[in-house]
Amino acid sequence: MFRYFVRRLLQMVLTFFGATFIVYALMFANQDDPLQALAGERPLPENQRQALTELYHLNEPFIVQYGYYMQGLLTGDFGRSLTGRQIGDMMADAWPVTIKLALMAIVIGATFAVTTGVISGIRRGGPFDTSTLVFTLVLLALPIVVLAPLAQLIFGIKFQWFPATAGRDATFFQLLLPAIVLGSLVVATELRVTRASVAENLRSDYVRTARAKGLSRRRVIGVHVLRNSLIPVVTLIGVDLGGLMSGAIVTEGVFNIPGVGFNLFRGIRTEDGPLVVGFVSILTIVFLVSNLIVDLLYAALDPRIRYE
Amino acid sequence: MSDPSVITSSEAPNTDVPTDPGGPLKTDKPRSLAGDAWRDLRRNWIFWAASVLVLIILLMAIWPTLFTSADPRSCALSRQYDGPSGSAYFGYNFQGCDTFARTIHGARASIQIAVVATLLSGLIALVIGMSSGYFGRWVDAILSRFIDVVLGIPFLLAAIVLAKRLSADPQNNGVWAVTVTLGVLGWTTAARIMRSSVISAKNQDYVAAARMLGAGPGRLMLRHILPNSAAPFVVVLTILLGINIASEATLSFLGVGLKGNAISWGISIAEASPYVRTAAAPLVWPSVFLAVTVLAFIMLGDAIRDAFDPKLR
Repeated sequence: MFRYFVRRLLQMVLTFFGATFIVYALMFANQDDPLQALAGERPLPENQRQALTELYHLNEPFIVQYGYYMQGLLTGDFGRSLTGRQIGDMMADAWPVTIKLALMAIVIGATFAVTTGVISGIRRGGPFDTSTLVFTLVLLALPIVVLAPLAQLIFGIKFQWFPATAGRDATFFQLLLPAIVLGSLVVATELRVTRASVAENLRSDYVRTARAKGLSRRRVIGVHVLRNSLIPVVTLIGVDLGGLMSGAIVTEGVFNIPGVGFNLFRGIRTEDGPLVVGFVSILTIVFLVSNLIVDLLYAALDPRIRYE
Repeated sequence: MSDPSVITSSEAPNTDVPTDPGGPLKTDKPRSLAGDAWRDLRRNWIFWAASVLVLIILLMAIWPTLFTSADPRSCALSRQYDGPSGSAYFGYNFQGCDTFARTIHGARASIQIAVVATLLSGLIALVIGMSSGYFGRWVDAILSRFIDVVLGIPFLLAAIVLAKRLSADPQNNGVWAVTVTLGVLGWTTAARIMRSSVISAKNQDYVAAARMLGAGPGRLMLRHILPNSAAPFVVVLTILLGINIASEATLSFLGVGLKGNAISWGISIAEASPYVRTAAAPLVWPSVFLAVTVLAFIMLGDAIRDAFDPKLR
């Protein structure tokens, strides 16, 4: 376990440098004249140009620039957006609402997926199972760009069951519709995996033994089967975090929730390069760390899995 | 355009070859996996429904004027939000353009980008997955770590940065930028699948036999290993095609995808979404077409995978 932890950590460090390097290289390498872009249409005096070149290390070779960028990332200095705000501050402002939204989405999605998945795994081949399969297929086919505006239109504007937008200091109820939209991103895969592993585990020897011991059906399914079936679902949550992140960009943009995704959405629209890179870098780190945690959790949960 | 034909053509020889000697003789010869899969597929209504949908969508992309004679770019503000009529089935949008015409013509950009990006991804995945699986050892170690690194980057975030970078020039409409972005970022799953199926195929007896007959690595890979590890790969690419259509729409929606005077479903959704309180039709129709297209490709891939997966029998 310890060796696996170390190996996984080393792999994450490698991925971290690879990913940030790619992001940085894509964004800043071979720019024509970033200073002129910063100044807009005004002419840039020579002395100001020199000062800015010094400030942003533009006369250094690319790899040194990347070094400065990494130094900033590791010391918590993410730079400034074009509007002059510290990206770290914007991030701190935006995090709470995004975390709230993501947690709600994960809880709603996982609860629904596991419950439905267990039922359709038990009644495999029945009408309930068939209709869930069709339902997951439809969910898989609905990209978030379709789902978010349509959900807003149908449930927020036409039926008015939910508030159509959520502003700053959004309440639980205002976040409910966006959270359902975001959560439905993960429902399809989680449901299918739960269903498949429940159906598989129901045929296993330990279930037969448990039944032979005279345990009630409720206990066999609720304790023996469910516990073993949830292991693959846990890993999926880690994989889903990437999907949730990209989903949050669109969902927060559509529902006007001032979270991380909304800031990124606006940054793209207003061509705010430093903001986009800063946010993308931070989100990449979050993604890598949470994936590491989920992988370790998986290893701890399932002792059958051997890591050399 | 060519992807579904890739599937059918790669299936056709697989099914014809094993049944040909057995067919006329009517012996109880054991069928091959591909033959079994094709028998399953033929009886699967989902497969047929998805194929028909895919054909219609392809036709729409290749020949949009077959469905509508209206010009999607002739817009007049005097017609803003006019309701559906005999000439414009879905009404007019904010700019007074024909929503039906824009939806039909939107198929081309989406399909073209998705197909080319999928082929690009497939090529990268083929080269990387195959060399990683076939050569093993240090080649595999390096390439696998490389796949891990690319897989470690959240897809949409990388796509935003890459597409934004590639389409920095305001002159182009972003078609190539989006295609390259999706192609370069989407190959990881396919490469992993290729790698694992090559690893399991290269230890088979027929590969050893071919090697003993003096076949070189190139011939072994292309003539012996590739045909026998292609099925799961093609399935992943079919599903990737659907995902790419959705990703193009997402990028266009976010404003880093297609732009200028390009017509695509993602752009239509992005344009209509702020005004959804005033008029819903310009948002609803492109969304429906997009969702149905993605659904068709995912269903097709799903049906083929189920047919090829012996565990489900």
